[in-house]
Amino acid sequence: MSSSPPAQYPDEQDPTGFVSRSLASLGRPVLELWEICRGILEMFWLTLYYMVRGKTRWGAIFEQMHEIGNRSVVFITFTLGFLGMILIYQASFQAMKITGDLQLLGALFMQLLWREFAPTITALMLATRVGTGMAAQLGSMVVTEQVDALKMCAAQPVEYLVVPRFIASIVMTTLLTVYAVLVSYLAGAVTANLMFNVNYLTFFNFSFVSWFDLIIGLTKALAYGTAIPVVSCYAGFSVHGGSAGVGRATTQAVVIASLAVVILDFLISGVGFIYLIFLA
Amino acid sequence: MCSPQDRRRLSPVAQIKTIIESPFALIGAHFLEWSAQIGGMCVLMAQIFVRLNPLKLDGPETWRNMYRIGVKSFPIILVTAMLTGAIMVIQSGTYIQEYGAYGLLGWGAGYSVLREVGPILIGLMFSGRVGANNTAELGTMRVTDQIDALRALAIDPINYLVVPRFYSMILMMFLLVVVGDFTALLGGAVTGQYLLGVDMELFAWSIITYIKLEDLFTGLIKSVAFGFAIAVISCHFGLKTSGGAVGVGRAVNASVVGSAIAIFVIDFIFTYALI
Repeated sequence: MSSSPPAQYPDEQDPTGFVSRSLASLGRPVLELWEICRGILEMFWLTLYYMVRGKTRWGAIFEQMHEIGNRSVVFITFTLGFLGMILIYQASFQAMKITGDLQLLGALFMQLLWREFAPTITALMLATRVGTGMAAQLGSMVVTEQVDALKMCAAQPVEYLVVPRFIASIVMTTLLTVYAVLVSYLAGAVTANLMFNVNYLTFFNFSFVSWFDLIIGLTKALAYGTAIPVVSCYAGFSVHGGSAGVGRATTQAVVIASLAVVILDFLISGVGFIYLIFLA
Repeated sequence: MCSPQDRRRLSPVAQIKTIIESPFALIGAHFLEWSAQIGGMCVLMAQIFVRLNPLKLDGPETWRNMYRIGVKSFPIILVTAMLTGAIMVIQSGTYIQEYGAYGLLGWGAGYSVLREVGPILIGLMFSGRVGANNTAELGTMRVTDQIDALRALAIDPINYLVVPRFYSMILMMFLLVVVGDFTALLGGAVTGQYLLGVDMELFAWSIITYIKLEDLFTGLIKSVAFGFAIAVISCHFGLKTSGGAVGVGRAVNASVVGSAIAIFVIDFIFTYALI
């Protein structure tokens, strides 16, 4: 799993002829994709196994929480603050044009933040910041043979390196999502007040937010928090070949983690929608 | 002791201790680091603009970069865009369903996708796929002294490496957002048909009736600005890499974080200026 090169499909035995070559060019990406999915699932399964069976190392978990959570606060404040300002600006401009009524702006904004924007954009930001960080760190450890050294000491790399990151990421993604709602909402409130003269008391209206929205938002945060460390650690462990390999692995980590976030968002939103429309 | 890089190596408790002991040194160190990075980016931009006249693009390198940047990230952008359209339809679907205004579904999804969400999400994906890749490549070249080797051969690294990437990134980001916008609308139409039971024709009618051409153009102008920012930031961090494999990882991290911040700040400025 760790430092073995990915499955090679030797070029010398490439099939000749147009039909078989085009079939091969279709099949190769599928096989590569299948390899990646299998690797990620295997990593997820191993992480769960060692989380239950292994020792809980609180020191490492707190260190990772600091790394994932506290270090991202400024970044999340920046990006999500700007996101709140952008969304409120666009929405109130449209609302002014159509109805001229901004009474429900704050309530609708809170609902949309919980349902969609706060968890997803926070997770995309964490996928870029934390995902690259983890992949780069683990990748450099693989390249400098520290992971092999861990194996030599009979310490499981997954238990020792991945499990603390996994637990810390789940906790911190959830907390940062709540924080992101707060930051975005405050930035939106200030924008609405300064540019469209919406009273703060009118804006702080939580009447639309139901338990359903909270549960959807927190489920999303939980799912993203699970996916990001697993994917990034998989990318980090699959490094081979010096600094070029580390670069490739960090890129792979961001891409797969962001894609995972978007796909999970689609799935959870779809399930939530079906529940809301047909079952509730 | 006070530079952020050094501080990162300390344990959390020791870090908190330094923060409490000297808060102003910390603020100053961060300020200096940010200033150095932004200054470096401005210098790089100036170096690129100086080479605008006369423009000597290296043909094969430009084609190779366009292929690597545009064609290789095509599938990821398509998947992202399609899911983005679908998510936007689902999110506006609850409100549409509540009021029964099915004719507005195309407007709600199309407006948000074309103006904001499409360029932002495609930009974030682009910065992850292309920007990170670019920083890693340039960083590896830097770490293995290939850039110095170019200079020793009297080849200008900026002209040979940075300028083709800069133009290919701007062009390809623009084209990918064009394709991505339409893919997102298609994904939205399919989702609307099968999840909400809104006919595709009604969806298309709603888009054609309510969406103005300027909505599309706002997104496209933003995409050019995003491509510009991602190109400059990723090349800057790639060229400034130091310290082996660890340094490459750190440079990629910094590049992606910087690109994300730049995307949101630029988006706000353009929203404010263009509306």
